[in-house]
Amino acid sequence: MSRPREGTGVPLPLVVPAALAVAFLVLPVIGLLVRTPWSSLGEQLTAPGVGEALRLSLVSATAATGASLLLGVPLAWVLARSRIRGRSVLRALVTVPLVLPPVVGGVALFLVLGRQGIVGSWLDDAFGITIPFTTTAVVIAETFVAMPFLVISVEGALRAADARFEDVAATLGADRWTTFRTVTLPLVAPGIAAGAVLCWARALGEFGATITFAGNFPGTTQTMPLAVYLALQRDPEAAVVLSLVLLGVSLATLLLLRDRWLRGAAS
Amino acid sequence: MRRRLALLAATGLLAGCGTDASGDDGNGPSGTLTVFAAASLTDVFTELGDQLEDENAGLEVRFNFAGSSALATQITQSAPVDVFASADEPQMQVVVDAGLADRPEVFAANVLEIAVPRGNPGGVTGLADLGRDELAVALCAPEVPCGSAAEQVLASAGITAAPDTLDEDVRAALTKVELGEVDAALVYASDVATAGGEVEGIPVPDAEEALNVYPVCVLADAPNPAAAQAFVELLRSDRGREALADAGFREP
Amino acid sequence: MSLSARVRVQRGMLHVELDLEVADGEVLAVLGPNGAGKSTLLRVLAGLLPPDDGRVTVDGNPWDDVPAGTRLPPHRRALGMVFQDALLFPHLSVTDNVGYGLRTRGVPRAGRRAAAAAWLDRVGLGDLGDRRPAQLSGGQAQRAALARALVGDPALLLLDEPLSALDARTRLTVRAELRRHLAAFRGSTVLVTHDPVDAMALADRVVVVEGGRVVQEGAPAEVARHPRTDYVARLVGLSLLPGTGEGTTVRLDDGGVVAVAEEVRGPVFAAVRPESVALYRSRPDGSPRNVWRLRLTGATPHGATVRCDLGGEVPLVGDVTATAFAELGLVPGDEVWAAVKASEVSVYER
Repeated sequence: MSRPREGTGVPLPLVVPAALAVAFLVLPVIGLLVRTPWSSLGEQLTAPGVGEALRLSLVSATAATGASLLLGVPLAWVLARSRIRGRSVLRALVTVPLVLPPVVGGVALFLVLGRQGIVGSWLDDAFGITIPFTTTAVVIAETFVAMPFLVISVEGALRAADARFEDVAATLGADRWTTFRTVTLPLVAPGIAAGAVLCWARALGEFGATITFAGNFPGTTQTMPLAVYLALQRDPEAAVVLSLVLLGVSLATLLLLRDRWLRGAAS
Repeated sequence: MRRRLALLAATGLLAGCGTDASGDDGNGPSGTLTVFAAASLTDVFTELGDQLEDENAGLEVRFNFAGSSALATQITQSAPVDVFASADEPQMQVVVDAGLADRPEVFAANVLEIAVPRGNPGGVTGLADLGRDELAVALCAPEVPCGSAAEQVLASAGITAAPDTLDEDVRAALTKVELGEVDAALVYASDVATAGGEVEGIPVPDAEEALNVYPVCVLADAPNPAAAQAFVELLRSDRGREALADAGFREP
Repeated sequence: MSLSARVRVQRGMLHVELDLEVADGEVLAVLGPNGAGKSTLLRVLAGLLPPDDGRVTVDGNPWDDVPAGTRLPPHRRALGMVFQDALLFPHLSVTDNVGYGLRTRGVPRAGRRAAAAAWLDRVGLGDLGDRRPAQLSGGQAQRAALARALVGDPALLLLDEPLSALDARTRLTVRAELRRHLAAFRGSTVLVTHDPVDAMALADRVVVVEGGRVVQEGAPAEVARHPRTDYVARLVGLSLLPGTGEGTTVRLDDGGVVAVAEEVRGPVFAAVRPESVALYRSRPDGSPRNVWRLRLTGATPHGATVRCDLGGEVPLVGDVTATAFAELGLVPGDEVWAAVKASEVSVYER
């Protein structure tokens, strides 16, 4: 009999694979750290364009997360709670960006929002708006790729949440919209937060759809992953440094937010 | 200038690459031949590989097409490879510097062309149009070969381009032309040749200023040196040169 | 404020067909086993489940009228509902929970805090308003849930097994408090429960529901004394013996004869209370008119007594003191003599 180990309380058959998983996930990052040219770090960091790419990455990933929240949470509700016909088909469609190679996603965005696209050509003709190769296009590409992560986590949270609370709210005079705002949303807030983090992280690392649909132009559309990829073509050391910057900033942001949430929840 | 020097150096080396004993004693090469080649060579190399397989029963040719820098990284991380064909010399140099090959040989060259969507909606006639603000223009990023070539061509023509995007490779730029999302892009003539009806090419005067050369070599520890040698020889044969020319490449 | 309901609804295999009338200030207990359709009934009354047919009228206002196509959504019904697990909103303080029904009706914050505080005082939670629901005990949570249901002064109060999640001791005190609040409530109350003690203690009237239909209806004491189904009989601890009256004997439907004190004719129930059953190892002397040789099929200690399940010609439940049980030295499977005085058998028409 393998009893849970004293102290850790984790059974051995779980400890070993879990430790392997940690090693598998962390070792590549350690590999990056080992390869980092620490002596030239300062020089690489202050190289022109790095700060710009970093700022653009953070701004566009945050905007994409905001757009995903605005559109994705209602979609998750529809998937989890409504009884509309073809819901399973809808769910499958929502997850398409997860399996679609991001570059193909970028091409697909062109076909809809590009100058020749179904919607894009109309925008161009009617308002003189062209989306490709703008920062807006970066946000759109990132939203396209990252929103499914949010939708899936929020839908899971909604399914796990006790729907009887919504019945209680109804018996207390709350219509469905009030119920959603005052009961459902706060109940699944942790799930929404987790989904938003996942979404933000995915948007921050987005490469394929962005470089295809938004292109790569320093200051307008060149995000960190694009800068990293191009640096890799010429100077792998610079690419390592840029990757570390992206890694460090995203980790710091998430830890900071988590800290804030934990404190908020405790008070 | 650097490129022209490189070209000269490479021509001088035409004598051969990977001169290890081919090991063929009358019988043709057999077994598996692994070729790592730049993505722009996909069509023409696949065709030549098929020919080689037809002529040598028992030979199987496997290709790995990708960006040259990715290929160079894979080779230095000891992927088992017989032949490496790069789209530029610096990436070949990475492999040579790692001591995995010596004496690469240039087998083809490529010049830039302006690619425009069918019907040329932007009315592009020459390099000067790439500086027009109202046009959507794609160039390759300066970090990749087609981008540095574009910089040279534009500089020698004295034109400041107004690109909307600096793409990570030539295929990405070409895709945007095919979709009609940019009015013009500077890409390789070979890419225009294989792009099909959606793309038209406009030759660039003085394109040879930035001639891009394709070196190939047999790796020092190729698992199948005989087949590797046969493939390189096919590239240099009349048949190989003809196929490359059909695909839009130039003689080096 | 009165409830009149005629509910027809299909839930899976269960067809619910219930007609109810509840007067102002009256508490109606709906008693029945799990799956009888009790909760379905409450969900229909609350508007959470549309009926297939029927009408629900409260205080003269139609809430559901399927033939007329009228249907009031749940949030427009003047009702309060208390669920088995208090279901206080975990993200709101106790005060905000109680005030929630006023918030949805647009009462300003100060007003609803005051009303909530007053109600919390009434249910004895005056100093716990700032707590989170997770910091309340089960009994406290259920009191808060009651305050939340009543704060909007509803016309109809629905209680869905409000005490069954509580431990025995808490249940006793909360039941007593609930009784007090129900007495003060002017609207109609429907209490769903499977515990006859709740029904007896809280209700003015009981309907027993089995398989989606009313099988018995009456004052709680009347239902307890004269059960008409095995379910109710078991609940109130009686042995129910259906048969045919033939003078001072009843011939049971399943065989056997029971002597009774009064003269009866036609279809009747004979009911025997457990404490009326006496057990003997050998045939008892004297002449009790009802003596049967039965078999002990089960024995469960119940405080100072042991409840004995007896099988055979006349199935009975009998209580004997623990001492007597020990002296008899009975184990399940043993044969035993059971005697019941004719005057201890109650008979009523079925």
